[in-house]
Amino acid sequence: MISCAKAVQQLWEYLDGTSTQADRVLIEEHLKRCRRCCGELEFAHELRAFLVDAAHEDLPEDVLRRLNRTVEELDP
Amino acid sequence: MVVAQAGPDRGFRELAKEQLPRLLSLARRLVGDDAEDAVQDCLLKAFQRFDQLQDGAAAPSWLTSILVNCCRDRGRAGARRPVEIDVESIEDFSLYRRIAHEDPFPYSDSLHLDFLAEFGPEDVRAVLMRLPELYRLPLVVVYMDGFLVRELAEMLGVPLGTVLARLHRGRKLFEKQMWEYAEETGLLRGVPR
Ligand SMILES: [Zn+2]
Repeated sequence: MISCAKAVQQLWEYLDGTSTQADRVLIEEHLKRCRRCCGELEFAHELRAFLVDAAHEDLPEDVLRRLNRTVEELDP
Repeated sequence: MVVAQAGPDRGFRELAKEQLPRLLSLARRLVGDDAEDAVQDCLLKAFQRFDQLQDGAAAPSWLTSILVNCCRDRGRAGARRPVEIDVESIEDFSLYRRIAHEDPFPYSDSLHLDFLAEFGPEDVRAVLMRLPELYRLPLVVVYMDGFLVRELAEMLGVPLGTVLARLHRGRKLFEKQMWEYAEETGLLRGVPR
């Protein structure tokens, strides 16, 4: 079984689906037996979702208006 | 590869207006206060090169790569130094364990969610601005704007492995800076310990 350090290091790649097939197997194997890393995985998952959520923010209306005007001036 | 008459199915104006909110969000995370200027630059460049856009479906990534370059130019000109960061020393940092203050566990399950809940979009932007641009960019484009790592590699013209490595370090740096930001700004006060 791979070490916790190695498993944790690769958690995000695992979540992102960018780890190799071999690494996926090793990590899943590890997660089945390690409670500590399951917590880390869950948190990585939460933090990832948190970043996605933080992307939806209110934009300053005045800036949007000015930029819209720029578009219209470029392509009337 | 270039097919005559295969241009985008919509005019510049329609496309730009549709993409504007996304471009502005992206720029705000990449260059902070210079966002409006960066998007202005991007619109101008995109308009000048609009005939080079062959495929309407590629418009979002086409516009994004133009904006990323405009942001990089702005970032260099502005030269606001991010907080000094030792990239090599962060490999073992775990925000998860830091929040719990315990290594190893156990601890309350909601503590981590409480911590994240303290951060609003503005705090996230402030934390992002603390990262060197090299690491900020993949975080913003991949996690916050939803592009694939492969797509970002294409936009930047660098190998996939390079983007993966930057993304990995960027996440670590982001976690560490999140913690430091929370300590400095007193964001942790609301978190029961
Ligand atoms: Zn483990």
